[in-house]
Amino acid sequence: MGTLEFDIAHLLAGGLLLVSFMMIYQDRMFALLRVFALHAVVLSLSVAWQAYFQGAPDLYVTAAIALVFKAGVIPVALRRIVQKLGIHREVETVVGVGMTMLAGIGLSALSIVLMLRVTENADAFAREDMAFALSVVLLGLLMMVTRRNAVSQVVGFMSLENGLILAAAGAKGMPLVVEISVAFSVLIAFIVIGVFLFRIRERFDSVDITAIDDYREGHR
Amino acid sequence: MNGFLLDPVGLIVAVPVVSAAILALMPGYRLSSWLNMLACLITLLASASLLFTGRPPVGAYFLVDDLNIVFVVLNTFVGFSAATYSASYISHEMAIGRLTPAYLRFYHAMYQMMMFGMNLALVSNNIGLMWVAVELATLSTVLMVGIYRTHEALEAAWKYFILGSVGIALALFGTILVYLAAQPVLGEGQSAMVWTNLLRRANSFDPALLNLAFVFLLLGYGTKVGLAPLHAWLPDAHAEGPTPISAVLSGLLLNVALYAVLRFKMLMSANDRALDPGPIMVVMGLLSLIFASLMLYRRRDIKRLFAYSSIEHMGIVVFAFGMGGPLANFAGLLHMVMHSLIKSAIFFSVGHIAQIKGSQQISAIRGLTQSHPVLGWGLAASVFAIAGMPPFGMFMSEFLLVSSTFARQPALALLLVLGILLAMGALSLRLSGFIFGEPTGEMKPSEASFAPMLLHMSLVLVAGVYLPGPMVVWFQTVARLLG
Repeated sequence: MGTLEFDIAHLLAGGLLLVSFMMIYQDRMFALLRVFALHAVVLSLSVAWQAYFQGAPDLYVTAAIALVFKAGVIPVALRRIVQKLGIHREVETVVGVGMTMLAGIGLSALSIVLMLRVTENADAFAREDMAFALSVVLLGLLMMVTRRNAVSQVVGFMSLENGLILAAAGAKGMPLVVEISVAFSVLIAFIVIGVFLFRIRERFDSVDITAIDDYREGHR
Repeated sequence: MNGFLLDPVGLIVAVPVVSAAILALMPGYRLSSWLNMLACLITLLASASLLFTGRPPVGAYFLVDDLNIVFVVLNTFVGFSAATYSASYISHEMAIGRLTPAYLRFYHAMYQMMMFGMNLALVSNNIGLMWVAVELATLSTVLMVGIYRTHEALEAAWKYFILGSVGIALALFGTILVYLAAQPVLGEGQSAMVWTNLLRRANSFDPALLNLAFVFLLLGYGTKVGLAPLHAWLPDAHAEGPTPISAVLSGLLLNVALYAVLRFKMLMSANDRALDPGPIMVVMGLLSLIFASLMLYRRRDIKRLFAYSSIEHMGIVVFAFGMGGPLANFAGLLHMVMHSLIKSAIFFSVGHIAQIKGSQQISAIRGLTQSHPVLGWGLAASVFAIAGMPPFGMFMSEFLLVSSTFARQPALALLLVLGILLAMGALSLRLSGFIFGEPTGEMKPSEASFAPMLLHMSLVLVAGVYLPGPMVVWFQTVARLLG
């Protein structure tokens, strides 16, 4: 692998992490969805670049899925759901943005230190790719715990999943990556768009998870 | 392809998938519940035939060995009896209008999808394929948990979806790390994800990567086992879904996740320089056991009560496998099998009780032995069994585990006994309420079929009194295999 190829791959993976940070401080629904679409685009570029220099044409399929499905269909669908539910006001966050950012920086530092130490014998690219991927995964998790709104939790889950796809694409020659990304897309499509949010809305008139929790407190 | 469809492993995987497609298209719930049973029966026969005919050769995708054959046979057996039970349960739900025909079509198709996912996870020899299969099983159960569409059911399904997906995502990260560890040794591509190859060469993997991978895998699949800090989805999912699904969740899905953990534990033990997974599993097991035993005291919902009891027993099993050694592994394996059988039997009776009383509240269920003798005494016997009283099979496994732990780590054994006693206390406290006293609520006789419940109970009883010699030998082989 030449230095330029390495640098571009590095840039794209780093870009994904950066966009993850951008998602953390979005406090409006539509902005969050736009940033998520950007996240998916960066992922798609990154995977396509891997496909190119690893000479693994099947990764192009994964990149295409990311581009069409995650950067196109899902954000549009979620946008419509948000509009329909009338929750395009501010996103509630449990902890303040500052604290969340600090926690995010801590998590990234942790994952970079951890992965670089653990993968000393692996090749240089896989090491850094895994470090970035783990940070993206942890930031996705962080987003899922700090948000109370069901739609933004789903967005958090999807960004977590983007991190996993990045990791899978970076593990050179890993089989089943395409199948795994399809399985994930099915998971998301099935639940997010189809049944869940509509049902939750039908029953709760709100997709705020705290509403569900409150309901439960009263009825247990 | 023809050969594949005719061999037992092919049948175990193909029958559920084909019948799921047929069931999705088939109107009429009576016929489809029969078809559901039939499909489960064929799968059961196919898996039982694995015991007698020779095993198929190890392939890149499928593997049948001494370890997973236990799980496969148990899985298809409980799958079949739960389908039988489900037929009678469902007809009552239809009668009171809680489920509509369209939902039932969906329910039966999803039942087979879930069986497909679990069977595939158990027979797969590829860690990526196993992951996809576990995900599939999770997804189909999420949809079934939410099928009643009440507030609580949706909340439970949502929680299960979120926690389950996070778990499954962490497990995927662990799987990728295992691949990264294997890739320098086994080369790129398919062969570095084939479990038998991994096990053969595990000793030359990078230990640090393997350690990290195991942490992710334990957290990920551990979420699905219901281990203590990650158990939050389990009680809700059990309480709000249809009862046949609670039985299958407790009896089977937890085992499938446990099976995944065990496979990776074997990988860890095969590497001399990697971390010993035992202590982590011991701690998580004990934590789940004691936590769940304490939680048992405060339950007000009967299905939630037994869901916590599942956490408790999975804690015991994980503890046993964490201790390792032939005796503890044997006890763990036996305990797992007994738990699957008896817990599903309990859910079978609890389902009918809740249908009769029209409520799952513990306070609404009293004096069952007077109003419904078979259900009441059946429940009493199964709760005795699950609390670990002789002469049932769980007494034997718990006794084996406690005595082998005492010989090696007396302090841990004390904690283990404490947890078991706490759980026993809580369950007997509740049980006396269920079966004695003045009967309350609805008194109508139940039209339930008791056959699945009684069958499971008699198996557990027989296992407690007499384990056939060949079975003991076989379990011992597996226990040695687990290290």
